[in-house]
Amino acid sequence: MSSTATIHTLDNGLTVIVEPMRDVRSAAFSFLVPGGSVHEPQGRNGTAAILSELILRGAGSLDSRQLTATLDNLGLQRSESVGVKHLGFSGATVADRLPQALAVYGDILRKPHLPADQFDAVREGLEMTLRAMQDEPRQQLMVELRRRCFPAPWGTPTYGQLEQLPDISSSDVVDHYRQLVRPNGAILGVAGGVEPDEILPVVEEAFGGWEEGSETELVDGEYTPVIEHIAHDSTQTHIGIAYEAVPYRHEDYYTAWASVGVLSGGMSARLFTEVRERRGLCYSISAVLNSLPYHARVLAYAGTTAERAQETLDVTLAEMQRLAEGIEPGELERCQARAKSALIMEQESTISRAGSVARDWFHLGRVTTLDEVRGKIESLTVDTVLEYIHAHPARDFTVVTIGPEPLEVSGGIS
Amino acid sequence: MEFHETTLENGLTVIAELNQAAQSVATGVFVRTGSRDETEDVSGVSHFLEHMAFKGNDVYTADDVNRIFDELGANYNASTSEEVTQFYAAILPEYLPNAIEMLSTLLYPSLRQDDFEMEKNVILEEIGMYDDQPTFTAYEQAMQAHFPTHPLGWKILGTSDSVSALTAESMRQYHADHYRTGNMVLVVAGRADWDDVCRLVEEHCGSFPGGRIQRDTSAPPVGGQTQVIERPSSLQQHVMQLAPAPAADHRLRYAAELLGVIVGDHSSSRLYWELVDPGHAESADLAYNDYDGTGTWLTYLGCRPETVGENLERIHSVYDQVNREGISPTELEQAQNRIASAIVLRSERPMGRLGALGINWVYLGQYRSVQDDLDTVAGITVDDIGQLLAEYPLDAVSTATVGPLSSL
Repeated sequence: MSSTATIHTLDNGLTVIVEPMRDVRSAAFSFLVPGGSVHEPQGRNGTAAILSELILRGAGSLDSRQLTATLDNLGLQRSESVGVKHLGFSGATVADRLPQALAVYGDILRKPHLPADQFDAVREGLEMTLRAMQDEPRQQLMVELRRRCFPAPWGTPTYGQLEQLPDISSSDVVDHYRQLVRPNGAILGVAGGVEPDEILPVVEEAFGGWEEGSETELVDGEYTPVIEHIAHDSTQTHIGIAYEAVPYRHEDYYTAWASVGVLSGGMSARLFTEVRERRGLCYSISAVLNSLPYHARVLAYAGTTAERAQETLDVTLAEMQRLAEGIEPGELERCQARAKSALIMEQESTISRAGSVARDWFHLGRVTTLDEVRGKIESLTVDTVLEYIHAHPARDFTVVTIGPEPLEVSGGIS
Repeated sequence: MEFHETTLENGLTVIAELNQAAQSVATGVFVRTGSRDETEDVSGVSHFLEHMAFKGNDVYTADDVNRIFDELGANYNASTSEEVTQFYAAILPEYLPNAIEMLSTLLYPSLRQDDFEMEKNVILEEIGMYDDQPTFTAYEQAMQAHFPTHPLGWKILGTSDSVSALTAESMRQYHADHYRTGNMVLVVAGRADWDDVCRLVEEHCGSFPGGRIQRDTSAPPVGGQTQVIERPSSLQQHVMQLAPAPAADHRLRYAAELLGVIVGDHSSSRLYWELVDPGHAESADLAYNDYDGTGTWLTYLGCRPETVGENLERIHSVYDQVNREGISPTELEQAQNRIASAIVLRSERPMGRLGALGINWVYLGQYRSVQDDLDTVAGITVDDIGQLLAEYPLDAVSTATVGPLSSL
């Protein structure tokens, strides 16, 4: 199960990782390109989101409809996303069509039309998306939680903010493209029924002449945990909790991951058991470890009707803190079993693998082999996980709630 | 890929599509029960039972059930629709025996009173969660407007009132009636040995009660009502509209799926270019949903409240044109390419095959290979779409809306 990925860096700095997979008919790519929301000009949050839509509205010799028709004819299942650091473009189709799809993305990234006459329509589309998100408090909550729990600019909403959209102009978007979207710092992960020999020449042809851009520097702001309530006439109170953890690149990452797994790694994990199964307080409760390059947080969510919300918050916070009192060997073993099984199942999905190799490169500057990850999972012990929990205890919580009534965050823990 | 099928003495059908090149195996049980099989006094019971399945039996406690699935590293869950309740797990091949044993535990739980009372709270919270999702509310209301006199139009979760009033005794009765081998199929997909599968199901499922309960599959009457749920603080207006479409076993079912993509996929469809690309609407989709004995064209519009009228006109002028002129060979070919690659991608994982195998068996009583699906999609012609439109024109006869508007 060792990785067979071939890694190649073009002269302009674009890194290409190709991982051939056995027994699959499809191939997938995941492209991470500099230009995410942390790089937006002050007060113009949403620029990157508009760019990620506008960039597909015509490129090279193709107008918007022709471009879409070309990708559709290739059977490409595609998606675009905005990250804090990158714009993401991913796609998958039957393997022999992937080279053609990559060639089209060469035009999209290097020769987009960014038509000024479609700017208003794209901005209006984004505005409606943000309005729809405000109508769904759970979605809104996670955006508001991230904004508050990471030091600026790392919590910048990737979809933008309603009140800032009117200040964004077509030229802001063109400038964002020109200044940020560049090959150095870009990562292309490819996985599936393809060989490096057929992919690398295509990538060289499509992206070889792409000129380097200059690196941008970011300065972290201050971070102070906050407790905040946002009033909403929703049925449920939506609760978001965050506390600090270590990022993917950190040597203790896997122990951090296991500590969150004990809390929320399956239906036998503590939050689900204590909050939902034993007390019937809510339907939806979960916690994940969310890692940015240099910052990471445990992000937890629970949704429950107003009269049960206070108890839900209290029990959830108590469970997070109770981790430090000890964990059972069985709890860790279940985390390990889930991780090992997920690693193997990832081998069945070209989309997952393409995403994983690109993400690895982004965080680590290398691709971890499956053997290496398995080794790290297997070497976890109750002692090492507890050691991590004691060094990085669940405390200094940022708590954001959206709903009819504010909640009390009991003293001494924040 | 090899296909196998057998029926145990108690009437349980077991099907398997085995692939020794797969890394994992998925297994699931598809039970032909959902909200359409309920009576008004037990509305929501099928979904409630799906939750109770995880509460254990005489051998395993609720904690045991979750713990054991997690020990296997299983990717497991359950879901309930209008017509099917499914329980499934994807595991590494060596854990298939444990997974089949646990599935059998899920199907016949003890249904203890205290578990029932506790889980009622969880379901009421789940109802509350969906209350805060306007698109979900609009969908439920549209189904009610379209099938006002038929349980297909009832809420899958039931209402807060019906769930609160439900008794453990009536749940036990419903379970005894519906969880019978004639109403279910056990499916295995991925890496496994057929002889092992047969031995395991005999051991763990051989004592399931036989028999079946008939479902009335005649086409329900269509309501054509309009329901308005006023939410003054909402920013967007959400509109769902329904019209009749082919039933699950109709020969033009695949043509209907293709037409849904051509007219109403969320990117590069007719509705996309007319409404979303120019910034008139956030979403304008058409989907095809199929059921026993009936089907629906489901239109979804999400936009600013003040533009609902003009956007509905745009949608209906697209529909009128398609009904009148049909679609072009180029549009059909693009949609065929997109669906074919989606089928290939989904089928690469045993978990992706499991759903298709189970649903085909429940609705059609037949096995369809990936190649069967690809051939069928490739074989659809512009004429097929024409026939489909003649029989089931794109339309909107029942409507529900959620948002600030007090009328449409």
